[in-house]
Amino acid sequence: MNMLILRTVSPIHLYIMTLFAVHLLLRGHNAPGGGFIAGLLTVAAIILQAVAFNSRHAENLLPIPAGWFLGIGLLLAAGTGLGPALTGAPFLDQTFTHVNLPFFGDVEVTTALFFDLGVYLVVVGAGKWILLTIADERRTEDEHQGEQPSGG
Amino acid sequence: MTRYLLIALLLPFAAAGIIPLAYRGLGRRLGWFVLTIPIALFAYFLTFLGSVDAVYLRHTWQWVPSLGINFSLTLDGLSLLFTLLITGIGSLVVFYSIYYLGSREDLSKFYTYILLFMGAMLGVVLLDNLITLYIFWELTSISSFLLIGFWHTRSESREGALKSMLLTVMGGLALLAGFALLYVAGGSYDFRELLERKELIASSVYYVPAVALIFLGAFTKSAQVPFHIWLPAAMAAPTPVSAYLHSATMVKAGIFLIAKFSLLLGGTPFWYYTVASFGSVTLFLGGLLALRQVDLKALLAFSTVSQLGLIIPMFGMGTELSALAGAAHIIHHATFKGALFMLVGIIDHQTLTRRIDLLGDLRRRMPITALLMAIAALSMAGVWPLNGFVSKELIFEALLAPPFGPNVWTWSFVVLAVAGSVFTTAYSLILAHRILFGRVVPARHVTGYKVDEGLDEDHFDANEFVERAHDPPAPMLLGPALLVGLVVVLGIYPFPLESSLYQAVAAASLGSVPHHSLHTLPVIGWPLLMSLVALGAGALLYVNLERVAQFLEATPRRWSANVLYEAALRTLHRVAESVDRTQMTGFLRDYVLFTVGAVVLLMGYSIVRGLLGGLRLDLAPVTLWEVVALGLVAVGAIMAVVLHRRIPALIALGSVGAMVSLLFVFWNAPDLALTQLMVEAISTVLIVVVFSRLPQISRESASGRYRAANIAVAVGFGLMASLVSAIALGNVYFESISHYFVENSIPLGGGANIVNVILVDFRGFDTMGEITVLSIAALSIRALLRARVKSQRGKTS
Repeated sequence: MNMLILRTVSPIHLYIMTLFAVHLLLRGHNAPGGGFIAGLLTVAAIILQAVAFNSRHAENLLPIPAGWFLGIGLLLAAGTGLGPALTGAPFLDQTFTHVNLPFFGDVEVTTALFFDLGVYLVVVGAGKWILLTIADERRTEDEHQGEQPSGG
Repeated sequence: MTRYLLIALLLPFAAAGIIPLAYRGLGRRLGWFVLTIPIALFAYFLTFLGSVDAVYLRHTWQWVPSLGINFSLTLDGLSLLFTLLITGIGSLVVFYSIYYLGSREDLSKFYTYILLFMGAMLGVVLLDNLITLYIFWELTSISSFLLIGFWHTRSESREGALKSMLLTVMGGLALLAGFALLYVAGGSYDFRELLERKELIASSVYYVPAVALIFLGAFTKSAQVPFHIWLPAAMAAPTPVSAYLHSATMVKAGIFLIAKFSLLLGGTPFWYYTVASFGSVTLFLGGLLALRQVDLKALLAFSTVSQLGLIIPMFGMGTELSALAGAAHIIHHATFKGALFMLVGIIDHQTLTRRIDLLGDLRRRMPITALLMAIAALSMAGVWPLNGFVSKELIFEALLAPPFGPNVWTWSFVVLAVAGSVFTTAYSLILAHRILFGRVVPARHVTGYKVDEGLDEDHFDANEFVERAHDPPAPMLLGPALLVGLVVVLGIYPFPLESSLYQAVAAASLGSVPHHSLHTLPVIGWPLLMSLVALGAGALLYVNLERVAQFLEATPRRWSANVLYEAALRTLHRVAESVDRTQMTGFLRDYVLFTVGAVVLLMGYSIVRGLLGGLRLDLAPVTLWEVVALGLVAVGAIMAVVLHRRIPALIALGSVGAMVSLLFVFWNAPDLALTQLMVEAISTVLIVVVFSRLPQISRESASGRYRAANIAVAVGFGLMASLVSAIALGNVYFESISHYFVENSIPLGGGANIVNVILVDFRGFDTMGEITVLSIAALSIRALLRARVKSQRGKTS
């Protein structure tokens, strides 16, 4: 299969999709979006690279091991929950405030965003891990059978 | 003050948690660190000695108040007795284990389990809420399992651990069911609250089943016939464990339970006759079986079974005498039996054998051990002036004054008690005379003798070790020596403990403080006569043991409860295997068929019943666009099934997902639509990625019946799903809470996107759980696939 077009376009897509994912993540509290969707979108972006090139290439895009995403994401989510618990509020009690930033104007800052960031990281980590492991298994098997990777 | 009690309960668990760290720092000295905990707890609980209040301390911490499950710490006389036992014997056992455990043992594991057990056992005796009591009750079973299986490389350890676990956990489940019935009858899980409704419970139809289930729990834990078989098997544990769990504390948990509940459920003929029958039969059979053991530890195990059978009826009778006798014998038994276990451990340690027929003449080689052994064993037989005599007299006295008047049953209990005591005397003499004064028999003359696993058969001669045996270092003897000291002191002057502890125990179990009744000097009367008969006949039996041995062996072994246990275990395996074979075919399609089929049957039944019972179908009007989208969903689904080439089928499947997200857009759910699209895209890619692994699709060659079943389940599931959603909309039983989310999303959550605010704020805990599950799923998928790749690599190379 001729992958020329896909291989030319997909790196650009990577930026667009990731940027859009960040956009979805940040606006999630007030408009359609959120950590889960943004995470899925990021996974989709990574998978696109895996399809266009190969899984090793996709893996190297983010040189941080996927396990770290899971761990840091869970810690972040649990941490935003424990924070209020330490001050006597219920576990996972979220709060928010408005700050006035130069250039951006009035910006709402929520602790929920950090929780959502945790969700995002977990989804990215899990998705990347599952999909690349499956792709990786295919690759190692292909190597063993001495066949060409079907991506070529 | 109550706070200290909570700390006392949590201390062992906290210490167990830091054991691995402490082990790094302390290494082989870990035992000394662990020792401080039971000693500190023992000292703390000692401060309560002296008064005979019904309840010393009580405080309730809320745990799950909505279900009536709370952390009600209660210290009464009965729990005080047990806390002293747990921490006192615990201290001695930990101290003993420092010298007993070799340098190669995994100390960190051992002490973690011991502390875990200590905490669990304290929980059982201190917690008044039935559910928390049950939780700690099971924790003792689990820690016992871990400790019996401590030497997990030996098969008998594993089997013993499993046997004890299966039997005690079965009893534990029965206990839970019994508690549930009590809740139904009395409306509370709190013991004190239930006490106030005592008459209500006693007159309830659930009284007898609840009592029977609680008995099942108590009898399995306290190794009553026919559940006694786990206790001898548990002797595979290291000796400190046997001394601690399987003679002094855990096996007495059943007694504790009966003593505690006799206040609530006791006082009826059903209660008394059941407890007394089981106890008496256990006392008799345990003694008989102890006589035919060749292993010292097995002998002690059956002796423990028998002694537990002696104590248990005391708390079933509910008379002042019996409660006092039971309390006294719990402590007395713990002292002499704990000492005997530790001494047998020493003999095992020094001579490398526990076989009675190999041991002999230890009097000269291990004089101090022999002396302690003789005193402890004679106390067990009930010889004056040791503590065994004191409590046994009282037990006989109590047996002669049954609560519902004498009849043929109570007389048979008396006869069984005397007969059991005859056996007790005989096997006590084996300990006090045979192995101390008897000849050393050359190992090759012993029939059926097998060399221990770890030893070199060619160079092993048991006699050599027995000949060379000598007393162990003094610290190892300290524990048993202290206990034997107590045996003597309590035999001569038990009165301080009677007025400070035994009476308090009886008060907690009866509701009123009994009179002083212990006497140390022999008093002419029926009890003394029974004791003399037991001692005389027992001595006679011991002298003629060779002659009656054949008679003892003649009892058919196939009558053993072990046969029943093994048959039950085999049946369980067979049933599980047959279920496995029918269901676990290895084909995903079969699993889906079974699972979905079961769901269809179960839910279909309740839907049909509900529709007949007047459920309403309240359907909204359908717009044209919805019809179009749904039509496309249906077309896509049918195509996905019918098409036999992969890419087209995949596209058809993708179109279903795309149409569903379109429907979400119609219904103003942009978040759902976005998520659905993303999931659809990613899963499509996933399928493409695994394409190379899938076999070529060929024409289905399944039988007609199989296909019919598939079609029926598929259509049924679709029908059911649509009916459920239609019914769910039409029948609202609770007021919807969605308006709360709509109103509070901005003021409380600070977000205009309600879906997101629900996810991260209102229902943040759910999301927390979901991402945890997601992480676990990712980890498992990776582990599974990696394992596959590795095994395939191994095969090809």
